[in-house]
Amino acid sequence: MTRYVAAAELPPVPLGRESTEGRAKSSWRTYRPVIDHRTCTRCNLCWKFCPDVAIIFDGSGYPVVRDDLCKGCGICAEVCVPKAIAMVREG
Amino acid sequence: MAKQLLSGNGAQALAARLARVQVIAAYPITPQTSIVEYLAEAVESGALPAQYLCVESEHSALAACLSAAATGARTYTATSSQGLALMHEILHYATGQRAPVVMGVVNRALAMPWNIWTDHSDTISQRDTGWLQFYCESNQEVLDTVLQAYRLCEDPDVLLPAMVIEDAFSLSHTVEGVEVPEAAEVDAFLPKFEPAFRLDVESPGHMGGLLGPDLYTEHRYNIARATDRAHDLLEEVEEEFRRRFGRYHGGTLDLYRTDDADAVLVAMGTAAGTARVVVDALRDKGVKVGLARLRVFRPFPLEEIRALAKDVNSIGVLDRSFTFGAFGAVHGEIAAAVQALPERPFLRGYIGGLGGRDLTPEVLEGIFRDLLKGDDGGPEVEWVGLRRYRHPEVTR
Amino acid sequence: MTRLTIPAEELMNGGHLACPGCAATLVMRYLLKGLGPKTIVAVPACCWAVMSGPFPDTALKVPLYDCAFEATGAVVSGIRAALDARGQRDITVVGFAGDGGTVDIGLQSLSGMLERGTDALYLMYDNEAYMNTGIQRSGATPLGAWTSTTPRGKGDRKKDIMGIVLAHDIPYAATVNVAFPEDFVRKVTKAKGIHGPRFFHALSPCPPGWRYPAEKSIEVARLATESRVFPLYEVEGGRVRITRRVVHPVPVAEYLGAQDRFGRLSEARASEIQATVDARWADLERREKVA
Repeated sequence: MTRYVAAAELPPVPLGRESTEGRAKSSWRTYRPVIDHRTCTRCNLCWKFCPDVAIIFDGSGYPVVRDDLCKGCGICAEVCVPKAIAMVREG
Repeated sequence: MAKQLLSGNGAQALAARLARVQVIAAYPITPQTSIVEYLAEAVESGALPAQYLCVESEHSALAACLSAAATGARTYTATSSQGLALMHEILHYATGQRAPVVMGVVNRALAMPWNIWTDHSDTISQRDTGWLQFYCESNQEVLDTVLQAYRLCEDPDVLLPAMVIEDAFSLSHTVEGVEVPEAAEVDAFLPKFEPAFRLDVESPGHMGGLLGPDLYTEHRYNIARATDRAHDLLEEVEEEFRRRFGRYHGGTLDLYRTDDADAVLVAMGTAAGTARVVVDALRDKGVKVGLARLRVFRPFPLEEIRALAKDVNSIGVLDRSFTFGAFGAVHGEIAAAVQALPERPFLRGYIGGLGGRDLTPEVLEGIFRDLLKGDDGGPEVEWVGLRRYRHPEVTR
Repeated sequence: MTRLTIPAEELMNGGHLACPGCAATLVMRYLLKGLGPKTIVAVPACCWAVMSGPFPDTALKVPLYDCAFEATGAVVSGIRAALDARGQRDITVVGFAGDGGTVDIGLQSLSGMLERGTDALYLMYDNEAYMNTGIQRSGATPLGAWTSTTPRGKGDRKKDIMGIVLAHDIPYAATVNVAFPEDFVRKVTKAKGIHGPRFFHALSPCPPGWRYPAEKSIEVARLATESRVFPLYEVEGGRVRITRRVVHPVPVAEYLGAQDRFGRLSEARASEIQATVDARWADLERREKVA
């Protein structure tokens, strides 16, 4: 991740190209989602409704939480039909 | 090169055409209107293959030009007075975005109350926005300066917006003979606009994201350096323009018969044109006066003013605006400039020509004669021709 | 695994600065899934201007331009004009603004953009207040809602932005809701193929502003449509079509009850709101029949 400190480094036009994904938001969480793949039906609702693009799929199509991006909002647990996601207190 | 009869507004529009601007977004206001009318005609007839946006306000006009510049197009707009004032927020945006937009501004007084005639308050009010400001004396200079402005502003070490300024009616609606360069000659002088930084789907980025206390200073410093660079580069651009087109408009500070002058008047715009005539008339009578025309107000020609001030006993500064509670803008900046000199000339400010009041040769001669008296204990700032009381013999 | 019902490609990055549970993120996410990578987005002052990351970060995989608050419509016209001048006609331009930046300070430039027939999209994500500055009332704040500048509940009605936009006679306008992503993406995909100005009114529930727990954003959004407070419809060439026919509406009180910003609503006001919702739904059905 580029970190600018000096005038000489700054582009003249304020145009930035670093992805926000490079800066972890895990510290925002109080609770984190834990997905039980045994109960999960792979309906992908959690992926669909995640505001932080923090859910991706593993090789078998099961949802996996990206720890650095998840803010613990709990939407995934709320929308999960078989209730396969538990919001667990962190730390 | 062919000579045409052009008004100042006609010169602006023709220059924008020659510069092959790609996007125009504009809103009408007296006395700028004919610029946008000429351009609309040029676009609709196919003479200028540009995108023309009829926007719903001047604020939108400049915002649209800015976003077009961000997308990689050469843009032009024009305004005056209230329109320029409305654009104020976006003027700052343009500088911060480092967008080389060129805007024609027809100097007109600001309301309240309404006044549509020449006054520099509108552009002087915007002197802190970071826009380069060129005050033109003739329609020829208007045309030439628009072309030079694009060349200067699009330089990767500059990337700043510029105003090419003309006085209301005395230039905007007055027809003069103007040498018009051939399109091919202009193309050779002004290459296609290819910005390094733009909104590009191939290389997506975020333009204008929040910049905090840790870096905002550095961004502003870079703008300051670019402005200094613009000052230096302008001389090169003007030299090249002289080589290609045979015309030179005096650099940043256009000196006329100042070498052995006892008194010099500093003026901007068409008043300087009248002052030239007065200088010649007075010189014919053996009175040693001169004119220093501030062609470029931003960047302020600091060293040029100091060089002038070293050799002249009295400098009068004509302001066609006033900063209430302080000084005329040009007067104040010149006073600040000469502050650093071990010996300073006598300096007096003259406020005149507000709201279109005519600055006749008689009026300017009166200023010169007042200036030649030197420090007579009179006021630091003189309101020229002010009718303070009904009875003419009571003037102070 | 169940087949995906919306495109898989992500054009929005995680790591943005949105509040947990913010629906505006999903509004952008679904919009971009419908529009694809050849898109340029203009965003005025609003939550998204901050969420998109401070310099040098970006929360989008497409170009993003931060513009002045009033000017989104004009800025969209400017980008479109520049792309056309450069011969890049296959790039979509979208203005993405909050409710305040659209119905209040941005109304003039939106009107100009629509009247000029700008070939671009404009999406208003409606969290029903000036949320970025701390929940102050906007012209889109609904009757009775608490905001920091209407602490006893707003006494004025919500501006009918769809009505205002439709008065400009544009080829396509639609309401969209993050609780119904398939409907959302379908409408965006359809709009992408239409030439001229296209407008979206997206409901964007806001946990801190509407006063509900973050995990309930989708539920609150769903209730808005299921109670007919926020009907889902599209207007194509002037023809109205309801895209989610709510036959057995949930009582408006249930929608209002899910949000503490309506916590001090009187019974009378709540009934008034129900009556207005019913009347507007009837009117919508009537306009659909006429078409």
